[in-house]
Amino acid sequence: MEQKLSAADEKIISDLLPKKFNRQGYVWIGILLAICAVGVFAYYRQIRYGLVVTGLRDYALWGLYISNFVYFVAVSLVGSLIAAVLRLSGVKWATPITRISEIIAFAAIVFAGISIMLDMGRPDRFYNLFIYGRLQSPIIWDVLVIVTYLCFSFILIYIPLLPDIRLMLNHPEKNPKFLNKIYSFFGEFWHGTEEQKAIRNKAVGVLTIGIVPAAFCIISVDAWLFATTYRPGWDATSSEAYFISGAFLVGCGSVVVAMYVFRKYYGLEKYLTDSHFDKMGKILALLAVLYVYFNITEYMIPFFKLKNSEEAYLNSLLLGHFAPVFWFAILIGMIIPICILVFKKGRTPLPMFITGIMVVIGAWIKRYLIVPPTLLHPFLPMHNVPKNYTTYVPTWEEWAISMATIAGTLLIVTLFTRIFPIIPINELIEERHEKDNQ
Amino acid sequence: METNNTSRKEFLTSLVASGLALAGCSTKKNPFQPAGAGAPAASGEKVKLLSVDGDIIEVDRAYLKPIPEMPFVSNLEERKGIPGKKFVMVIDLARCKNLKKCEIVCNKMHHLHSGVSWLKIYPMQAGEHTAPYWQPTTCMHCDHPPCVKVCPVDATFKRQDGIVLIDANRCVGCRFCMAACPYSIRVFNWENPDIPEELCEQEYSCETSIPQKKGTVGKCDFCPDLIRKSELPHCVTACPNGTFYFGDLNEDVVTNGAETFRFSDLIRDKAGYQLMEDLGTHPSVYFLPPVNRNFSFENGLENE
Repeated sequence: MEQKLSAADEKIISDLLPKKFNRQGYVWIGILLAICAVGVFAYYRQIRYGLVVTGLRDYALWGLYISNFVYFVAVSLVGSLIAAVLRLSGVKWATPITRISEIIAFAAIVFAGISIMLDMGRPDRFYNLFIYGRLQSPIIWDVLVIVTYLCFSFILIYIPLLPDIRLMLNHPEKNPKFLNKIYSFFGEFWHGTEEQKAIRNKAVGVLTIGIVPAAFCIISVDAWLFATTYRPGWDATSSEAYFISGAFLVGCGSVVVAMYVFRKYYGLEKYLTDSHFDKMGKILALLAVLYVYFNITEYMIPFFKLKNSEEAYLNSLLLGHFAPVFWFAILIGMIIPICILVFKKGRTPLPMFITGIMVVIGAWIKRYLIVPPTLLHPFLPMHNVPKNYTTYVPTWEEWAISMATIAGTLLIVTLFTRIFPIIPINELIEERHEKDNQ
Repeated sequence: METNNTSRKEFLTSLVASGLALAGCSTKKNPFQPAGAGAPAASGEKVKLLSVDGDIIEVDRAYLKPIPEMPFVSNLEERKGIPGKKFVMVIDLARCKNLKKCEIVCNKMHHLHSGVSWLKIYPMQAGEHTAPYWQPTTCMHCDHPPCVKVCPVDATFKRQDGIVLIDANRCVGCRFCMAACPYSIRVFNWENPDIPEELCEQEYSCETSIPQKKGTVGKCDFCPDLIRKSELPHCVTACPNGTFYFGDLNEDVVTNGAETFRFSDLIRDKAGYQLMEDLGTHPSVYFLPPVNRNFSFENGLENE
């Protein structure tokens, strides 16, 4: 394989091999680490004094952490969308963004698991889930599917990485010593023989098919966490479809943001082309329309009927206390992005970047609006409880911990790009050769 | 009351008898405690006692040993429950005037964190033009408990006698059960409960629910520790208006301490119902509608 490399291939390799961070990069990592440090301190306070340091109380018993959990699970779905759904449908242009989407998915699912633990009143008893775990509980379903999806994601990143690791091992003098150790630990055995390639292709084929049901499971279980309870607003029959469509949307949005940042920072204009943005823009627009549709079934149809138990909840969400935030999320998460993306100019990199950020923020607010508004409208009236029980205002500790989980996700993605090529080099070269042969 | 039959008499007698028997030896500092515990040596000082046969007998003071107030109940037995029983509660809404005695006693006896209540009295009004009433609300001890369904670690469980309890030594604090409970009766220990230190050190029991622990869920437990002693739950005995009836569905009898009814008659005659029965939770608590009330709703407002 190595002797066949042409000058053009060498160019691709030298363009795409991981590069040292410049000053901006170090500042970025410094900021992320600082946010994580504050989060760790806040979590220390939460462990020491109990969940009383949060704004959670008996009615709003879930808040930011569970919203974040739902959000991370949603983001992680993109790994399967880009890597599997597009690959299986024979879309070739998506090759350069597969690894971006997979590493985002991996980082997100790691922090989805962590978010659940952050929410636990007794994280010291986490092992009880394994000792006493009962299959009938949706939390156990969640543990199972998250671990499964985590493994799938990891292997799906790892196997296509092997030829790229070999490339880096071929030039050990270019890499810092400790990275060479990582490379040889992960990829020393890979020599790119025909036999190895056959195994790799088979494994990737199995995984791309297998990850689709796994991904649908995590997001469905996520929806069932809410749908298995008797609560106004968590009762919709279409909640899984609503969750899945929203998850595809936010995942796609986050990939667009990452594409823009990597392209800018590493100068990848040749690999992440305007045409990639254009195509991702079309997908994003389609997903946004789909999500609007499911929002209508989720909110408008119950609002039309206005059942007794749901009246107060829907009124506060659509017209009352939560209405400004709700409509803001609908606007920036769906309506404005659709308006931007229908135009060809809107699907160029910078507008796409801004749209992606709007989608990501809007999606986070939407996740938040799934959790506390329902909990704050129980069947029986809130009576004779302290005033802070009737509302939910997250404390600084909760914000700090939540920010730390987001910073942690970004940190994983950032460090990954330092160690491994963020665009699959080997696959690009192979695809180029295929084209040449034709 | 004139419909009393033997089984109900027995039920009552056993309650009273055991209550009396226990009253004698329930204090912590037992006067019969021998000075040097372990190997008792005869002190020569005799004590007169009444035997079970009704004879007066004399026993050396050194040989007297206090019987523990409660035999030790293992976690396994706590999870199984009392065989052959199916406990139910009937709450007569016509008798409640929001006195809150039930709530106060419950909080005190379970050493709850200040501000926390397991038993809540809600002012209820179904529609705009319907009459308001006071609704004391305990755990419904559902036969299809949503909380038990979702608990990932079997920390909250349903016993064969119908009671739903919490094992605070196992609870991981995910609060899924609280989200699942449509009656919102579950409370969380957001911080270290402010209870006396000697209670904190005590081994937790699912039946007494004492001591409550930080980071775990708590709720009304139907006082199974009292039931084991054939006593009525605290809220039942605390209510001066006899709002709460407690009993056994298998024996078809409920009592509020002063009056005893055949459960099925009571429910039939007074059109008893369950709270939100449309949800399919099958509660063990029944409500009698607030008709022919003893007090007007406004009476209760002064206790707000």
